[in-house]
Amino acid sequence: MAGVTLNNIRKTYGTLPAVDDVSLDIRDGELLALLGPSGCGKTTTLRMIAGFVAPTSGTVKFGERDVTRLPVHKRNVGMVFQGYALFPHLTVAKNVEFGLRVRGWDKPKIAARVIEMLRWVQMESMAERSPRALSGGQQQRVALARAMANHPDVLLLDEPFSALDAKLRTQMRTEIRELQRQAGITSVFVTHDQEEAMAIADRIGVMSHGKLEQLGSAEDLYKRPVSRFVAGFIGKCNFIEGRVTGPGRFEATNGSMLQFTGAHAGGAAALCFRPEHAVLTQSGTPGNSMPVTVKAVTYLGPVTEYDLVSEAGDRLLVSASSSGEGAPKEGDKLSVDWRIGDAFVVD
Amino acid sequence: MGGLSLGRLAFLSLVVAIFAFVIAPLLTIVWVSFFSEKILAFPPTGYTVTWYARASEMADFYNGFVMSLKVGVCATLASLAIGVPAALAIERFPFPGRETIRQVLLSPMYVPAIVAGAAVYIYFIELEILTTFQLAATFSGLVIAHTLVALPWTLRLVCASLVSANTVSEEAARSLGANALQTFFYVTLPIIRPGMIAAAMFSFIASFSDLEKSLFLVGPGKTTLPIAILNYLEWSLDPTIAAVATVQILIIGTALIVSDRFVKLGKVF
Repeated sequence: MAGVTLNNIRKTYGTLPAVDDVSLDIRDGELLALLGPSGCGKTTTLRMIAGFVAPTSGTVKFGERDVTRLPVHKRNVGMVFQGYALFPHLTVAKNVEFGLRVRGWDKPKIAARVIEMLRWVQMESMAERSPRALSGGQQQRVALARAMANHPDVLLLDEPFSALDAKLRTQMRTEIRELQRQAGITSVFVTHDQEEAMAIADRIGVMSHGKLEQLGSAEDLYKRPVSRFVAGFIGKCNFIEGRVTGPGRFEATNGSMLQFTGAHAGGAAALCFRPEHAVLTQSGTPGNSMPVTVKAVTYLGPVTEYDLVSEAGDRLLVSASSSGEGAPKEGDKLSVDWRIGDAFVVD
Repeated sequence: MGGLSLGRLAFLSLVVAIFAFVIAPLLTIVWVSFFSEKILAFPPTGYTVTWYARASEMADFYNGFVMSLKVGVCATLASLAIGVPAALAIERFPFPGRETIRQVLLSPMYVPAIVAGAAVYIYFIELEILTTFQLAATFSGLVIAHTLVALPWTLRLVCASLVSANTVSEEAARSLGANALQTFFYVTLPIIRPGMIAAAMFSFIASFSDLEKSLFLVGPGKTTLPIAILNYLEWSLDPTIAAVATVQILIIGTALIVSDRFVKLGKVF
């Protein structure tokens, strides 16, 4: 077992950078999610770790071993593909033994390992089935057993849950997380689903336009996003446009002076707060409120979401516990209030 | 359940008419091959199987049949040997000019066979003048020409099966430690095997039924079955020819049915 280190890796197609100077230290035994919208470079990064794509510059290391110039089949990675890519002409057991057979393990060792792996993913009763006869969740378990059979240094998962329906997806991600912990294997998984990343990853690397925007725990990313992109991509967020005029002081476009916590160099920026950290009141206190008009009310059961628009034209969102009497209605002129400690500023 | 509407009845009649149009000539040939008269006449006065016996006893037909089988098998093997690696290169490696190569390899399908046959013949003769190496009127020359007939079919069918077998299985094999050769033999080849079988069948049919390309290339006493049939037709018209044609129809029909079991032909064209 070993961690994975990416040093300033870059991949350009023509002049277009798909991955732009990404450095990343994946700890031994950690499950790291690469999260971002499609085209952000997360899959290319994963494929550079796997060895399917050669970096234009930079290095990839598994522990102390530099694998940058090593072809895929010599890297000893385990990979679970989007859609699983089980071999359709082989049975479940033959799929799992494939990696052992091409590496020249002897027969009794192969047989024992295949049984061990199938037992691990609870698929031993399906050993002789064809992959076509399996459900999506079962195929995924087989794909994981196949990827892990040869004791890989790193486990790579490419959008592993995207082929499953919503309910099974939640179940499978818990299951895979459990299996990954048991094996204690350094893992990287790629997803565009922030909830999925937050649910199972130890740390999340948020990518955008080929760059690693921020790396941290789910809580870090949610509470202390470093950029407007991360703030908007991880959970919902309100942005009030304006500029920073001094330490903790922010002037909104409409001229109102607001306060925030944290540091900022100054200049054009946006003041942010989360929809669930704000409330609607009749009149707010200066410095941490903003007059708004209610545009739409969306009842979602336990919470109700209020779409608001400020005088300066900023669209804001507040979510509050659904209450019966006296709840704000469309067209009401109110004030959004938030605690200064919940407000932060991004570029 | 209501009765058949008028529109549906018209549609069914049209379908039946089209099928009849396609199948009637074939059925007629099979029927005629059992007529007892030597001069074709309707309705027949009686039926016999002696034309089949006669056809198999005629050296031209028998030798032509054996020749067509031999050429067909050789051309099929040659077209697989060229077509499978070509299809792999075209579908799996994005090198510049691969579309041009694809079109060149498919081109025998577009060029009228009689023109291509003449061209190959002239080429063989010119080559012989330059090198004294004879290909025209030899078995090898015929196999080369028939390989050209078969190659587009092989390329098309193998390409189609490579496209439907997406590259991710191959990537999975690589990630599991298989080198390029192991990946090809353990993953790619088994996945495209049905396509290859269909390709072989089609190549064989294309070669076995080819007339035009072979016309200039056969040597005396070394004709293929379609040419033997043509030669015979020039001088006589009796049910022997129908018997020979029936055997040919049976062979080609069987090959088609076998191919369809491996690859749904509707998906390729």
